[in-house]
Amino acid sequence: MTSKLIKDYFRTDKLPHIWCPGCGHGIMMRSVAQAIHNLGLDKDKVCIVSGIGCSSRAPGYMDFNTLHTTHGRALAFATGVKLARPELEVMVITGDGDCAAIGGNHLIHAARRNINITTIVFNNNIYGMTGGQYSPTTPTNEFGTTAPYGNIDKSFDIPELAGAAGATYTARGTAYHAKQLTKIVENGIKNKGFSLIEGISICPTYYGRKNRKGSIVDMMNWLKDNALDIKVASKLPEEKVKGKFLIGEFKNVTEPEYTEEYMKIIERFQKER
Amino acid sequence: MKNSKIKLMQGNEACVEGAIAAGMKFYGGYPITPSTEIAEFSAIKLPLVGGKFIQMEDEIAGIAAAIGGSLAGLKSMTATSGPGFSLKQENLGYAAIAEIPLVIVNVQRGGPSTGLPTAPAQADVMQAKWGTHGDHPTIALSPSSVKETFDLTVRAFNLAEKYRTPVIILTDEIVGHMREKIEIPDASELEIIDRKRPGNNEENYMPYRVREGELVPPMAAYGDGYRFHVTGLMHDETGFPSNSSENAEKLLDRLMEKIDNNLDDIIEYEEYMVEDAEIVVISYGSTARSAKSAIKQLRSQGIKVGLFRPITVWPFPEERVYELSQKVKSIVVAEMNLGQIVLEVERIVKGNCEIALVGKANGEVITPEEIVNKLKEVL
Repeated sequence: MTSKLIKDYFRTDKLPHIWCPGCGHGIMMRSVAQAIHNLGLDKDKVCIVSGIGCSSRAPGYMDFNTLHTTHGRALAFATGVKLARPELEVMVITGDGDCAAIGGNHLIHAARRNINITTIVFNNNIYGMTGGQYSPTTPTNEFGTTAPYGNIDKSFDIPELAGAAGATYTARGTAYHAKQLTKIVENGIKNKGFSLIEGISICPTYYGRKNRKGSIVDMMNWLKDNALDIKVASKLPEEKVKGKFLIGEFKNVTEPEYTEEYMKIIERFQKER
Repeated sequence: MKNSKIKLMQGNEACVEGAIAAGMKFYGGYPITPSTEIAEFSAIKLPLVGGKFIQMEDEIAGIAAAIGGSLAGLKSMTATSGPGFSLKQENLGYAAIAEIPLVIVNVQRGGPSTGLPTAPAQADVMQAKWGTHGDHPTIALSPSSVKETFDLTVRAFNLAEKYRTPVIILTDEIVGHMREKIEIPDASELEIIDRKRPGNNEENYMPYRVREGELVPPMAAYGDGYRFHVTGLMHDETGFPSNSSENAEKLLDRLMEKIDNNLDDIIEYEEYMVEDAEIVVISYGSTARSAKSAIKQLRSQGIKVGLFRPITVWPFPEERVYELSQKVKSIVVAEMNLGQIVLEVERIVKGNCEIALVGKANGEVITPEEIVNKLKEVL
């Protein structure tokens, strides 16, 4: 039976989605909708922008103002929408390749401007749509169809990258920790500035198969067993933190927001008149 | 003459004046010689009219932001030159398929690559038509003077809004940087066209559904309450992706027809002394000024030459050029490249008359003398 959340926030005639069985993206898409619901946002005033890739098909299913753009460019389009109409709650759903490879430049500059856009990266550690090539978040020594002898690249820590570039809210969740992901998306939306939320997804079809990660359940269990909340980690001895990845909120600060600063310039001239 | 509307102005500034007069409220761009003044004047002028300017991190982001601005309901523009125009091709195609009203200015400079940043060229004419992948309609306008830069910028916005399509202004370093006398018309003297919006309380709005007998769908803005989807994928009238070949054909046909069925509205050209001309020079942009001067010189010697100046470069004034080719002995094409529009002319005239080229791509202008010499050669 279709849940109320699905009925209220999704274009049910566009479902089922195109994602493979076991893909973590559906869970994370639901978390985004749940966060919007929890905050009571007006659907007409929410705009969700995406680029290209598996993640970026999400907005097509979501009943808001939606914009499926070119590869890597979601944040640049979203910046235009937000600056043109600041009253809109602008969100970006992107992937690890879309956001940190081809769109890396747009990511750091959107963060630097601290423009009020909430970006959720569905990170599946691979290029799924094109069939399993290594991405900027594929761990070193793992495999992809274009890393047949093991990946020699180092991977990006996307929240750290965005935080260093000026994002005022950064966090990480996973497809396993769906409730926590909903909460950090809510907090990201509430932040008046650029928010970057990384959601670690699972890709059983390509990343999982190429790297012998086992079944869908095994991959979910891996998320459960290896994610460590940053608040917990700070109280643990180093050896218990080693090898795990951190989830939770990493940065939450207040800085001047771009569109508000621009409005101040416009208002200055309107007053002078 | 304190309140005189007559000003001495640079072409790039006139472009921004025209854009503001046409209702531009959003500019997204990246600095590049010789178009930078368009960004600078936009940055100055837009906040004064409640509009938004943003300098993006690169050329691709500049056009992307402008598309976002247009989708949010604001008339939007971006400007660039050769290297930037190459980068903008990706989202130029997006604007074409997603039917986004948008003005893209290319102040042409010498290429290829970084080329000759401060020297003029007209070598992006074919790129304007074919630069982005896939079949798509193209409208490109080419001004020859500062005043015409103003007029054509207004017209570019009008065409973009009317046909829901990107419109390119193909100017060049000479027209962009030279200063001329210009009288800025009153707002009341200008015809300003705004995009068609969905009617009040339109139920089941579909962003790509055309009304009976029309080719351009009404366009809502994000935030107006319609919650529609826009994609660069082939889509049906609902705006959602469709893989159907039948639908792809239908969409592409409509995209082409909205331009091809309105050539009389879109195409503009100037003719100078062509009635009795035995040779016609076809030239556009700044080069047409040299051509006109050459024609004046030869006319004073009693030689029957005339000028045909496409103001709309794309779609090319095909029908008129074909008519002329039946009447004249030769056509001489003068352009600051190694032969681009001349190929279009050859295709159109189908051997009706002789064709010669005065082409130059070394960063120097084509002088009237060079055109005179070629005309004497073909006489």
